[in-house]
Amino acid sequence: MAYKIKINGTQRTVDVDGDMPLLWVLRDELDMKGSKFGCGAGLCGACTVHLDGTAVRGCQTPISAVGTAHVSTIEGMAADPVGRRLQAAWMELDVPQCGYCQAGQIMSATALLRQTPHPNDSDIDAAMAGNVCRCCSYTRIRAAIKQAAGEHAAEKGERA
Amino acid sequence: MTTRRTFLKVSAAAGGGFMLRATMPAVAWSQGQAAPLNAFIRIAPDGIITIMSKNPEVGQGIKTMLPMVIAEELDADWKQVRIEQAVLNEAKYGRQFAGGSMATPLNYDPLRRVGAAGRQMLVAAAAGTWNVSPTECRAQAGVVHHDKSGRKIGYGALASKAARLPVPDLASVTLKDPKTFTIIGRRIPGVDNIKVVTGQKLFGIDVTVPDMLIAVFQKCPVFGGKLVSVNVDAIKKLPGIHDAFIVRGQPGPDKQALSDGVAILAKNWWVANRAREKLDIVWDEGPVAAQSTQGFAEQAAKLGQGTPASWLRRDGDAASAMKGAAKVVEAAYSYPFLSHIDLEPQNCTAHFKDGKVVLWAPTQNPGPGQQLVAKTLGIPESDVTVNMTRIGGGFGRRLRNDFMAEAAWISRQAGVPVKLLWNRADDMQHDFYRPAGFHFFKGGLDDKGALVSLTDHFVTFGQGGKLADSAAMEHTEFPAALVANLDYGQSVMELGVPTGPMRAPRSNALGFVFQSFIDELAHQGGQDPVAFRLTILGEPRVLVNATGRPDALRDFNTGRMSNVLRRVAEVSGWADRHTLPARTAKGVAFYFSHLGYFAEVVQATVSNAGEVKLDHVWIVGDVGSQIINPSGAENQVQGAALDGLGAALGQAVTIDRGRVQQANFDTVKPLRIDQVPPVEVYFLHTDHPPTGLGEPALPPVIPALCNAIFAATGKRIRSLPIDTSMLKV
Repeated sequence: MAYKIKINGTQRTVDVDGDMPLLWVLRDELDMKGSKFGCGAGLCGACTVHLDGTAVRGCQTPISAVGTAHVSTIEGMAADPVGRRLQAAWMELDVPQCGYCQAGQIMSATALLRQTPHPNDSDIDAAMAGNVCRCCSYTRIRAAIKQAAGEHAAEKGERA
Repeated sequence: MTTRRTFLKVSAAAGGGFMLRATMPAVAWSQGQAAPLNAFIRIAPDGIITIMSKNPEVGQGIKTMLPMVIAEELDADWKQVRIEQAVLNEAKYGRQFAGGSMATPLNYDPLRRVGAAGRQMLVAAAAGTWNVSPTECRAQAGVVHHDKSGRKIGYGALASKAARLPVPDLASVTLKDPKTFTIIGRRIPGVDNIKVVTGQKLFGIDVTVPDMLIAVFQKCPVFGGKLVSVNVDAIKKLPGIHDAFIVRGQPGPDKQALSDGVAILAKNWWVANRAREKLDIVWDEGPVAAQSTQGFAEQAAKLGQGTPASWLRRDGDAASAMKGAAKVVEAAYSYPFLSHIDLEPQNCTAHFKDGKVVLWAPTQNPGPGQQLVAKTLGIPESDVTVNMTRIGGGFGRRLRNDFMAEAAWISRQAGVPVKLLWNRADDMQHDFYRPAGFHFFKGGLDDKGALVSLTDHFVTFGQGGKLADSAAMEHTEFPAALVANLDYGQSVMELGVPTGPMRAPRSNALGFVFQSFIDELAHQGGQDPVAFRLTILGEPRVLVNATGRPDALRDFNTGRMSNVLRRVAEVSGWADRHTLPARTAKGVAFYFSHLGYFAEVVQATVSNAGEVKLDHVWIVGDVGSQIINPSGAENQVQGAALDGLGAALGQAVTIDRGRVQQANFDTVKPLRIDQVPPVEVYFLHTDHPPTGLGEPALPPVIPALCNAIFAATGKRIRSLPIDTSMLKV
């Protein structure tokens, strides 16, 4: 059936099965490839998007459950003040290795900073533990979140 | 319109006789367009320099790092450099692959020469314009200067003229003094970062081709199984399904051959994948269905009691020396099969049309992929075009190209462009696994605690009369040639499960067993684990392998290792480790692999419940004279160490009835941010050629952790992954 959803401020209509996860509506119906598929089971966070500002796993959210909630994706983060600060910090600290998980990481981090503008390490652990970085760029993810939050992040650089 | 045909060829002695052929096929360009100086460089009239990135980008930072090398010698302004991913064309670019930490040793010198040749042509063009000698001109940041007259011209204005000049002999171009480098050695962020953080299409999974369908491919859960029957007509009738058909397996190299299976195609991947629930397939599972992890462990235990089937090395008289030893230590070690768990599941897009196929492949090894596709389809390699996409993690998995053969075959059979995408279970259950292995050690110590005798009976896997892929051990394995009486023997079990290289192949497992057992010997002999290792390493010298022919990949420099070990002891505060609280301790280990020397210290705390908390990691590496991009280098080293820790703490693949039992990240656990400690990285800059960093930091971290756990608890970890239940108080 047809579903009307608001994505990054734009109204879109898709005609799909109500069981179809939001991730696959985005990727294969709307050709928005920023949200990534990793596990299909809510275990890796690569598909993280926001429903009304709350981070959810796109692969575990059927389109029928979206209703009138506003969907935000990585493609919309450059227009979001918090998202934009995080993207800038990610680039400045050169966080990505392969980069595949980073859209999901930034979506989770954006939701964190909206809720907790100055997170401590425990806050970061709690908000980000659902997002796997297989390349293990975690020390830089933590530093980038702190930098975007305006904290001074002592980055461990090459020493010798 | 100018057309020219040039052929550049250089033989550069790097990484064991690598030959770069920077060929230039017929190239045409018009006035106003970017002028090609060689296969890697073209310069537009506005001064924008496009540099080709030859190798696949798998997260190792190569798309930034190799162009930096060219740009440095070209004396380019990095702000004016744009990077373009090359397609597969090894005649033009030399070997194009991401593996073995080989990109730096193979390309550093040749690509410096490619850049220097470009600079020489631009300087010659400027000198010709001014009618002065090129020796009076100098290049800097995209501009050629004639200091005597104060004149200068930008590269953009010179490019068209330069491209018509003879191409210099790459072997004799002048390279810059590293002291004058302005790009190499700088922290330069990844060139694709902006696309990554804004979610633009970049990866294989993001490829779209007009009119394409998306495919899933159901294979037999038992390796090598054959399809007997399937309800394919019923699947075709499901809503949203465009096509479904049987694929019959085709022969191919090793276990990369196309397998029997069922392809299901739809416009939306989720629709195709959901249809698999309705599949009713009868498989002939074949002989591998009799194999299991438990069966192998029992077989290995029996073999380990006996005499090895063959010897890798026999020095002195280990048996007699063991009898004469003051203390003999015996230990059995083992490690599991591992899956690579790339976060981007295996996928490939293929468009077969009129007897030819174009692929968009996230592959670490596109050349063999092209060969595999050609063989599978029975068409010439020249009719297989391979575009390389950015890759969402490889770790060695994507050195094997089974997914390319599948996508190409399915596109041909379907008659449309096809994107094949595996689900997570497909990815975990159809991998080329890090082989499991078993080691039965004995070590003899004299009355002063010195190591006088060592034996290892290695029980590993074979396939079809030879060792399984990545299941070998070298006769040079440390401490070979450093212990007077030493036996390395080997026995082999037949395996039907596919195996293959995983980040630091062999070393990722051998580092654990050897550096853990060495640690046991140190403690049993009452020695400091750092001092014990330094004593074994002895005087600085190179231990040449048994062939007597120098081989940089195997010949071990004891001095380089001693230096990184001493340094990591300093930076980690090793001498003060006795001041740590109860159940908190440091462990140390080192390993030489992929031309890199690494020593690492892990500090861990083990709770009374047995939980292991990682407190801190210190890493010292020696990869030669130059760190090309310190930002990327540090990221690789931290990532490699954390990767190893994640595997040690939470990962194993087990086989039962010939099938892999794990299907997702709930049972094979990747490391998560709440487990990650600070990781300090230091490099010793030494007078050796620069070498790679994707792998060599991984092997020592696992034994360093296990040795820390021993120091904290008195419990020795001899099997991976770490069983925390044995660490409870």
